[in-house]
Amino acid sequence: MLENIGLSFQGIWNHKTRSLLTMLGIIIGIAAIITIVSTIKGTNDQIKQNLIGSGNNVVTVTIKSTNDSYVDLEYGPRPEGVGVVDDEVIEGLLEIENLDAASSYVSRSWANGVYYKNTAFEGGINGIDRNYFSVQGYRLNYGRMFVDDDFKQHKKVVIIDTKAMRSVFDGADPLGAIMEFMGEPFTVVGVVENTSKSNVVINSVNDYYTYTDSSGGTVFMPIDTWSVCYKYDEPRTVVVKASSTDEMTTVGDAAANYLTGAVITGSQYQYKADNLLEQASELQALSQSTSQQLIWIAGISLLVGGIGVMNIMLVSVSERTREIGLKKAIGAKKRRILGQFLTEAAVLTSLGGLLGVLSGIGLAKLLSNVIGTPAAISVPSCVIAVVFSMVIGIVFGLIPAVKAARLNPIEALRRD
Amino acid sequence: MSMILEMHDICKDYPMGKSVLHVLNNIDLSVEQGEYLAIMGPSGSGKTTLMNVIGCLDTPTSGSYLLDGVDVAGCSDNKLADIRNKKIGFVFQSFNLLPKMTALDNVALPLLYQGVKRKERRERAAEALEMVGLGDRMNFKQNQMSGGQCQRVAIARAMAINPGILLADEPTGALDSVSGAAVMDLFHQIHERGTTIIMITHDRSIAEHADRIVHIRDGILTGGEFDA
Ligand SMILES: Nc1ncnc2c1ncn2[C@@H]1O[C@H](COP(=O)(O)OP(=O)(O)OP(=O)(O)O)[C@@H](O)[C@H]1O
Ligand SMILES: [Mg+2]
Repeated sequence: MLENIGLSFQGIWNHKTRSLLTMLGIIIGIAAIITIVSTIKGTNDQIKQNLIGSGNNVVTVTIKSTNDSYVDLEYGPRPEGVGVVDDEVIEGLLEIENLDAASSYVSRSWANGVYYKNTAFEGGINGIDRNYFSVQGYRLNYGRMFVDDDFKQHKKVVIIDTKAMRSVFDGADPLGAIMEFMGEPFTVVGVVENTSKSNVVINSVNDYYTYTDSSGGTVFMPIDTWSVCYKYDEPRTVVVKASSTDEMTTVGDAAANYLTGAVITGSQYQYKADNLLEQASELQALSQSTSQQLIWIAGISLLVGGIGVMNIMLVSVSERTREIGLKKAIGAKKRRILGQFLTEAAVLTSLGGLLGVLSGIGLAKLLSNVIGTPAAISVPSCVIAVVFSMVIGIVFGLIPAVKAARLNPIEALRRD
Repeated sequence: MSMILEMHDICKDYPMGKSVLHVLNNIDLSVEQGEYLAIMGPSGSGKTTLMNVIGCLDTPTSGSYLLDGVDVAGCSDNKLADIRNKKIGFVFQSFNLLPKMTALDNVALPLLYQGVKRKERRERAAEALEMVGLGDRMNFKQNQMSGGQCQRVAIARAMAINPGILLADEPTGALDSVSGAAVMDLFHQIHERGTTIIMITHDRSIAEHADRIVHIRDGILTGGEFDA
């Protein structure tokens, strides 16, 4: 066996150009598949990471109506029967197992009435409690964070994120600048940046597309100050941080149950945890189904490659009729000849598969550098690709190998 | 003396459309252990066909054939391959070496099919090459050797397995007279060491090296003249 493999490599080396041309179909097919698979995996990883945050493990718990009708959480007052998530309720949440931290906030994804000098700010605005920044994984870049007095004394201060700093101040120093909220002057005291990859709060697949890019950033004010310029009784959204990604679902559901029990009366509304993993797989399915069609096309290339291998192996068998005849004459049995040609075909296509995997990885990397599609190489799929190429060799090598094994040695030796 | 080969009433027919071509007709042939036999006949007389039957490359249409006491007629393809592998050393007119392999690997090939371990294979192949006087050409390939040297490699390959019968079809047919004489010398040595040789030729002077000559004409074997 080992001998056969060695001889096969020698044979391939002896016919370099021919072997390469034969392998080309396999190389192209496998390279295409590896490129597609890597890109799918990269995209999926990115989607998952964007949705659940890299290692952030934060679940958003929002008010939903029990009959699935739309609840306006941003511009209207609290729906009937929904109470306030105050510090006491947050304290209660912390009792939940594997729940590390919790925070509540009110938000508007498109702020109205916010200006710096004469430019309107086009982004989101959040009224946040003391824990918000730490739960969501924000880091202070300049200035200061909110302090107790900001909350207690309803101070008119805001902290902006780096995106807002860019969109509003365009490089100028924002610290101490005065922004106008519904006519009220607020002082910018700090600039924060989210340390997890994406800080957006995703409530739906649509949000994913909206939030990731177009927003002009977010500004934050103490939740107690919110009522200075906006409504005092807006519904609050809660974010909880689980101790691990695997715990996110259970922690989210437990928090939702607790909140529903603690602040909601009546059965019209409830707090519900976003199932981010589910949404992630929804998005992933989307990117996967389009790519799956591409894989079918690449599969055709493999089929063509396999037929090419069969063709060359048939040529090789008839070229080597004398060799086969001699081998049989001096005692090689059918299965040895069969094994020799199958091994040769399998080595040829495995090598093609290996080259295909390497060029596929190269191509995926190149694509991700040039047009920015994410690439993640999956080792199992590379292994599968090589094994699959080997199987192609064995399947398409079968007919030529059987033909070789069945050669009549007398006729094979007579031939010149 | 015991018989290594006993053929009785061997026929070989080839169907040609509606008629049948009788290539071998009721051949009776017995060969003693250690004998040196030459089969002579004109072109197309059925020499190669007979050799194929003797060498178990082909099965006769009818008749009985005992090789070393084994009835070959009823053997499967695999069994025949085994018999060829262990008992018969072939030498062909056109050498039939594998051009990509060295002399040593060529000679070791039948031993590989016998399942002999690599180290022993190489030792025995080297020995056989020494015996034919090519100890210094072990790593040469076919295109680096003369015709005579190639044929000696082929003889080494046949002898490496210690065959019961050395079967040669026109072994000097492709060689000049000097190389041919060298091959005949080798055959003498091999014969002297006790190996049975059956050699096919149409050349009287070559046939005369043998102990006994039988003639074949139109598929009919006519009695052996015995040499002195
Ligand atoms: N497969 C076959 N089908 C039909 N006829 C065959 C076949 N093989 C051989 N023959 C016929 O059998 C006859 C003997 O052939 P063979 O090869 O044995 O001759 P030969 O004595 O070896 O001749 P040469 O000295 O030229 O090698 C020839 O007439 C040939 O045409
Ligand atoms: Mg002949």
